[in-house]
Amino acid sequence: MRKAMEDDPKVLIMGEDVGKLGGVFRVTDGLQKDFGEDRVIDTPLAESGIIGTAIGLALRGYRPVCEIQFDGFVFPAADQIITQLAKMPMRSLGAIKLPVVVRIPCGGGIGAVEHHSESPEAYFTHTSGLRVVACSNPADAYSMIQQAIRCDDPVVFFEPKRRYWEKGDIDTSSAGWWTPFDAARVVRPGSDATLLAYGPMVKTCLEAAAAAEDDGRSLEVVDLRSLNPLDEAVIMESARRTGRVVVVHEAPVYNGFGAELAARVTEQCFYHLEAPVLRVGGFSTPYPPSKLEEHYLPDLDRVLDAVDRAFGF
Amino acid sequence: MTLDASRGAHDEAPPELVQLLTPEGERIEHPDYDVDLTPEEVRSLYRDLVLVRRIDLEAVALQRQGELGIWASLLGQEAAQIGSGRALTDSDMAFPTYREHGVAWCRDVDPVKLLGLFRGVNHGGWDPKEHNFHLYTIVIGSQTLHAVGYAMGIQRDDANAATIVYFGDGATSQGDVNESFIWASVFNAPIVFFCQNNQWAISEPLEKQTRIPLYRRASGFGFPGIRVDGNDVFACLAVTRKALEAARTGQGPTLVEAFTYRMGAHTTTDDPTRYRVAGELEAWKLKDPIERVKAYLFKNELADQEFFDSVDEEAAQLGADLRRRCLALPDPRPLDIFDHVYREPHALIDQERAQFAAYLEGFEK
Ligand SMILES: Cc1ncc(C[n+]2csc(CCOP(=O)(O)OP(=O)(O)O)c2C)c(N)n1
Repeated sequence: MRKAMEDDPKVLIMGEDVGKLGGVFRVTDGLQKDFGEDRVIDTPLAESGIIGTAIGLALRGYRPVCEIQFDGFVFPAADQIITQLAKMPMRSLGAIKLPVVVRIPCGGGIGAVEHHSESPEAYFTHTSGLRVVACSNPADAYSMIQQAIRCDDPVVFFEPKRRYWEKGDIDTSSAGWWTPFDAARVVRPGSDATLLAYGPMVKTCLEAAAAAEDDGRSLEVVDLRSLNPLDEAVIMESARRTGRVVVVHEAPVYNGFGAELAARVTEQCFYHLEAPVLRVGGFSTPYPPSKLEEHYLPDLDRVLDAVDRAFGF
Repeated sequence: MTLDASRGAHDEAPPELVQLLTPEGERIEHPDYDVDLTPEEVRSLYRDLVLVRRIDLEAVALQRQGELGIWASLLGQEAAQIGSGRALTDSDMAFPTYREHGVAWCRDVDPVKLLGLFRGVNHGGWDPKEHNFHLYTIVIGSQTLHAVGYAMGIQRDDANAATIVYFGDGATSQGDVNESFIWASVFNAPIVFFCQNNQWAISEPLEKQTRIPLYRRASGFGFPGIRVDGNDVFACLAVTRKALEAARTGQGPTLVEAFTYRMGAHTTTDDPTRYRVAGELEAWKLKDPIERVKAYLFKNELADQEFFDSVDEEAAQLGADLRRRCLALPDPRPLDIFDHVYREPHALIDQERAQFAAYLEGFEK
């Protein structure tokens, strides 16, 4: 974000505790000191206000990057995101653009209390006018946020909070080298089955694929990166080649994003599939207390169990 | 239940009301708010009021004839809108609800563009930047936050401008409106909150929204609130002008409560006889915003019958022109559905557009 702010004086950061504290995850650490309170804006504690005023700032020519402190607190802002941010450009017949990024730390696995571990992506992928992306590693976090900020459409940006403390090499050199943020990526090639994942589950799927190799199974892992729009070319090519697809996400399976993937893969790859598309995810329950979250969250074993089932057809 | 607010709503206007022109057309002085208007300016305000009422009546008629899906009438609120609208400078930005046809008029938005939304041709067909008049917002209260954000942008640009945002009495119950008050206050944003208290939110009377006069809300948020006679175009102009000037000179927000009355139905689908007593309407008809300016012009011999006739003639022409152009509005084409959803290429939209185009072509063969 520092780079984005240096590159473009219209970029603003806004949210609760983003200034002196640097955000509860310290993602904006030091930015207020360097860019001032007018560009790194500590806001009152009101999510609808954050998004609503960001829309106004964008109408005035700014590029606000809003932080929602935790996934479960995006709902007070949902009205502004869904009814205003997503639809205003179309309402104006293209006369206005709203380059607003909404960053949402998402997902569980950090032992938090209620409302701090959710995966609300399906609410937003269901809303046209928004781009919805999820990063899964430090390099993508860097390149994807740069692209999201430069994008003239509103972007909902999911950051897997249990991957925040990961470190990795990042290529800061040039935008030209970055994978476009609406492109999916095969992060591990394989030939026997495809794991479709995004955000925090990409790493889990990579671990599952490594474990499966010991059983003599070659699993391909596709990191979707963008949930809206989807990079169907990469997904379908992989599905046709391997013939088996397992979708993995943390959100409840019922009516979740995996349902969309399963339907699309089935529609487009029906004659190539050896098994129905299977889904692994959360249960149709509220996110449980943290002592139980290891049972709720898909882990390596649950992914491998689904792979086994795919091979059983 | 006897509440302060309920009395404030339907009885005589409370004493703290700023008024410069009585319902009888008498000019009165106010120590803090006054305007110096040339006869020409008064005639021009009168003309605005009449023309805007005509646009409104024509739209209601068009709806009755099935040409519009729905219309939200401003009948009775002309002075609040023209008064505040004429207080704006070109660089000020206005954020309306769905009823601000009079403000749109002041911002030079072609009235036929307003009809497009209600006819179902589009969701709002004007360029907000071209007129410094934002799109109509249907979700109650949402636009107040956009307006504050915009005002914060003005601050950052160090521009000599202010923002005005319109909303109703019902909207003051919304979280967004209250959040916008907080934001405006803590950031000292250059904004005027302009509440048209027309006494009703569809069928809900004012006492279902508040127990105190609305303008007093402002003090709890830390900025001034003022109540103005919303049927007095002079007072609305004077008060709004001063509030905008305060905003532009770094003195932060003001809440203006224009105390007025919705003489028509909430929208053309509403039936006020179910919840409103007729006497209330009759009482407010005596405070008609247009009649009092007319009386003032007459009494002071600032206009003759010829002038009034010419304005009526202009209104008739405007109505006819609006009707003709409304009927001529082209229907959107089916594939327009996919336009402007995103600014940058979007694979899913492209895919669906292509599929739908192919499907439609199937019928042509
Ligand atoms: C969030 C929301 N809830 C409900 C509605 C339906 N609705 C449309 S107008 C209205 C009443 C608004 O009253 P007020 O704010 O006083 O404005 P007025 O129309 O009287 O000018 C309602 C309930 C809406 N548009 N938005």
